[in-house]
Amino acid sequence: MSDEEVRDDGYDDFMDALEEGEPYYVECANGHASLPPRRLCPECASDDLEEAPLPETGELLTYNVTHVPTPAFEDDVPFVLGIAEFGDVRLTGQVRADSEDVEVGDSVSFGTDISETNGERYIAFDLA
Amino acid sequence: MTKFGEMPDRTGRDLFAEAGETAIEDAGIDREEIDALYLGNFMGELSERQGHMGPLMAKMLGLDVPATRVESACASGGMAVRQGIHAIRAGSADVVLVGGVERMHNMGTTGATGGLSVAADDLWEIKQGITFPGAYALMAQRYFATHGGDREDLAHVAVKNHANAANNPLAQYQSEISVEKVLDAFPVADPLGLFDASPITDGAAAALLVSEEYAAEHDLDTPVSISGTGQGTDDLALQHRESLTWTPATADAAEEAYADAGIDAEDVDFLEVHDCFTIAEVLALEGLGLYDRGEAITAAREGETTVDGELPVNLSGGLKAKGHPVGATGLAQISEMTKLFRGDHVNSDAVENAEVGLTHNAGGTVASAVVHVLEVEQ
Repeated sequence: MSDEEVRDDGYDDFMDALEEGEPYYVECANGHASLPPRRLCPECASDDLEEAPLPETGELLTYNVTHVPTPAFEDDVPFVLGIAEFGDVRLTGQVRADSEDVEVGDSVSFGTDISETNGERYIAFDLA
Repeated sequence: MTKFGEMPDRTGRDLFAEAGETAIEDAGIDREEIDALYLGNFMGELSERQGHMGPLMAKMLGLDVPATRVESACASGGMAVRQGIHAIRAGSADVVLVGGVERMHNMGTTGATGGLSVAADDLWEIKQGITFPGAYALMAQRYFATHGGDREDLAHVAVKNHANAANNPLAQYQSEISVEKVLDAFPVADPLGLFDASPITDGAAAALLVSEEYAAEHDLDTPVSISGTGQGTDDLALQHRESLTWTPATADAAEEAYADAGIDAEDVDFLEVHDCFTIAEVLALEGLGLYDRGEAITAAREGETTVDGELPVNLSGGLKAKGHPVGATGLAQISEMTKLFRGDHVNSDAVENAEVGLTHNAGGTVASAVVHVLEVEQ
């Protein structure tokens, strides 16, 4: 990314932390989990929020094999897209595996990858 | 409503003008009587660089009234209807034109896929590569893993809705399809194929709402009334939901609409639901309380929701075969159900003795839902 590129505060901080191997989520005083940016807990509106470390492995809850993409991923198809649960937090990301090898319930770890279409980074899962 | 279909060269304003004029003529009310316009549209900025459609569309119909655009993704049309009802109930209007319009084919397939994706969460979904077929594929895959069912069960939803549209002159697809054709179709986002998906559609629809008092004073023939309205909201991003196979926004909207109309789910005789994808019809029937969780997957296959079933669903052809010009869909449901009740729809015979109908219009992966109860004087 160039120095002049505009960031999405909160989200890009999360992605930086993911790249650095120190991912976190937002936890409120009542133990509800959410993702940044947050000023209030989406569950209980608590403003007592702290960063908590995200578990390193999660469970793949579901996935698809995307063949018709948005313009931002035109050169990336086909790809496997999934939702995985890491503790109390769920993330959507692309599974770096052959679709034949992927099953609901698989253990996954996460990192980031770069779109072949536009060079933007996204959340990537690997089968653990 | 206009004919739904592929009309890439027609502007949104022209589509809406046709639908609005059709509605005004059908109602037989002088346009001078109209107090307000609420217009549903999702992505005019993306498809034709046109925002601020309220005043534009009012003048297309020669109206000089308060005109407001309503946006709730694919539920924009149904939400416009709800705003119209609120205006009438609040006593600030007696006659309201509610409409919806979407121009999509001029964007191309990838362009429209990108445009529609904007209804998802930009940071946590779109940046990761989600599409709407992809999001519903995630829901379908989870449904199969949790409740069972398979692609063939879903294929029967598509087959049913195409059959319902076969003789509907306003439908985008007036052709029957087979289960095999659905199963063999190109995988847009596996496990969903091309025939599990509603098409890209250009079109518009509109309806004229009047207060009961206005109808009585002017001795209007208004056989169909909207007796209940309800709206529900959920997390925008699918990943934030407690369940990937249960849509609380639909359940909340239905609960409110049933209470508003003074009915129970069992009183519904037939319905038009938001079948943007085959799995969406299944989730809608469960969310509306018409089937238990995990049970609606076989409804079409068992013939329970077909034209001669106990509970006909999407007699218009639904979004699947009638077409889904997203901002117009909620209005198309009202328009088609009104004709089904009045007897001037090709499938009216199927609901000859029906008294209560329901429309269900959803936005995104059902982060927004709006339900209306329609009743007819028998």
